[in-house]
Amino acid sequence: MPETKDINKENPFLPEPARIVRMEYLTDDVKFFQVRIADMEKALSFNYRPGQFAMISILGAGEAPFSISSSPSRPGLLEFCIRKAGTVTNALFEMKENDLVGVRGPYGNGFPTEKMVGKDIIIVMGGLGAAPLRSVLLYCLDNRDQFRRVILLHGAKRPAEMIFRNEFFRLKERKDLECYLAVDADDTEKWTEKVGVVTTLFPLVEDVDPSNTHALVCGPPVMYKFVLKELINLQIPKDQILMTLERRMKCGVGKCGHCAIDYVYTCLDGPVFTYWDVIHMRELI
Amino acid sequence: MRIVKLNKDKLSDFLAVISEDADLWAPVKKGAESFVFTEIDDFSQIDLDYTRTILPPKKIFLPPAFTMFKASRTAYEADFSHVSKKILFGIHACDLHALLIMDQFYSYVYDDPYYSKARENTLILGHSCWPDENCLCKSTNTHIVEEGYDLFFTDLGDYYLVWIGSNQGDDLIQIRPDLFIEDIEDQDIQSFMKWREERDKAFQTELNFTYMPDLMELKYDDALWDKLGEACLACGSCTNVCPTCNCYNVLDKPVLGKDMSNIVRCWDACTLENYSEVAGGENFREKRSERLKLWYTHKLQAYISKYGKPACVGCGRCIVTCPVDINVKTVAHALDGREVNTFWSRLSEEVRK
Repeated sequence: MPETKDINKENPFLPEPARIVRMEYLTDDVKFFQVRIADMEKALSFNYRPGQFAMISILGAGEAPFSISSSPSRPGLLEFCIRKAGTVTNALFEMKENDLVGVRGPYGNGFPTEKMVGKDIIIVMGGLGAAPLRSVLLYCLDNRDQFRRVILLHGAKRPAEMIFRNEFFRLKERKDLECYLAVDADDTEKWTEKVGVVTTLFPLVEDVDPSNTHALVCGPPVMYKFVLKELINLQIPKDQILMTLERRMKCGVGKCGHCAIDYVYTCLDGPVFTYWDVIHMRELI
Repeated sequence: MRIVKLNKDKLSDFLAVISEDADLWAPVKKGAESFVFTEIDDFSQIDLDYTRTILPPKKIFLPPAFTMFKASRTAYEADFSHVSKKILFGIHACDLHALLIMDQFYSYVYDDPYYSKARENTLILGHSCWPDENCLCKSTNTHIVEEGYDLFFTDLGDYYLVWIGSNQGDDLIQIRPDLFIEDIEDQDIQSFMKWREERDKAFQTELNFTYMPDLMELKYDDALWDKLGEACLACGSCTNVCPTCNCYNVLDKPVLGKDMSNIVRCWDACTLENYSEVAGGENFREKRSERLKLWYTHKLQAYISKYGKPACVGCGRCIVTCPVDINVKTVAHALDGREVNTFWSRLSEEVRK
């Protein structure tokens, strides 16, 4: 049974007021939000795992689930990376710093960080897939001695569509991280990294020790097929390939039914699933 | 368990005293052959000679639409106005089992206070029933009840055997103990056993639910699902009438002229087109066949693997409601490889020609 650490035990649907501390555009339609729960005690005790999500509500617009992009190793502030795509996100983009939103959570299983200790970690992100995976990336870097190699493979369509561009370029300077970046096409003529889809980065990763590697994947639906093929070629076990999925959700706590896949609920049993789950449950991707 | 007797002519006296400080809900005849659970002002409205109501009693605990929060920028005030002291009288065994499933579901991992508060404030007075050709509860083993009621009334002609299932049920009896007969005689036991035996024989439809989880797996890619998808109207009726369907949507309804909203929770149906659609337009179940498969996975398979029993309680509501014959009976028969004479099997023949 999944563990629960909801901030409002008596009514899990009750949003907690939270302030937008900072926001900035990452691309034309993706914005970065730093949010702090107004009640300081609750802000600091909001314990989550990398890969979990929260529900954000905006009065008059509604509520929707969002991956947490920050790492629990940096408590106090919650970070989200959000694309403008519907009613709730349109309203979010209209908000100003210091405005109040509702936050509840954390929900979902998150990444099994305990099992990943002492292993090599390959993180494969495409486009907005960086939003949930940035959390586990920062977590690994903040607890660097717990993991062996940490490898980041990041793909974006074009340089202008790459989220966390400055942050990931800075990561390239770190000696304890193998960081490979790619864009499908370079329309700036200034791109210094690889040009090609994210799978073209795989040959750059040397000497993979498959049985001691966990691969973490998130990206647009089209990406999975090709990335999974690469990971299977590397002989990484199917239950060490982890991916985090998107579904419609109205509650986050296993009641509204929208995120049902076969007999599991993405909000309780996911959003992190293994490649074996995907084969086993057929509807996942 | 304590069992007492109540002569039928004493029933309204009993209902009168117990409904003094609670709302009494019971079945009432609505149309030629249709019944509904409704709040009772006049006991003569109650009609216990019914097979199934249009909507199951879930509407009493979680109404089709209700306000969860009255919300402003700074505060969300929980609204539990749908919760009141209620007595639900005349509920059949299948619907009682559905409530037991709901109890498990709504308390799994997280407790849903909107359900549990309404449930805690409702006393359940069950009533025996007689099956028609669409009742499947013997196959789902939900035709009798052992728990989940405060009182259960078995109709034995001129009187009821009243099974007392809880402390609160016993308290109700104690309000007017003079109405009840404590001694159960041999003759009563004989009549009860005869009733049980005859009722068991009255079931006309049988389904083997044991194989359904395996059949659902083995026939996951079967052409049957396409046939069903062609016929399905995606109207959502099967989910609305199903006593174990619990999906809902949440809407933020702004209050005009004020910086406030009512956060409204309303029934949803997994068979509706936009059920699995996310922002940006990606729809994880665009095809009707995929949505039907999810519904039947949950009814015939998912709950068996999770809770050890199917989520179908055999009430027969989907059978009498679906306009195109897609229901638990026909789908289970078709999965079992039987010939079924349904609208959708005829339709696909037409399509093939």
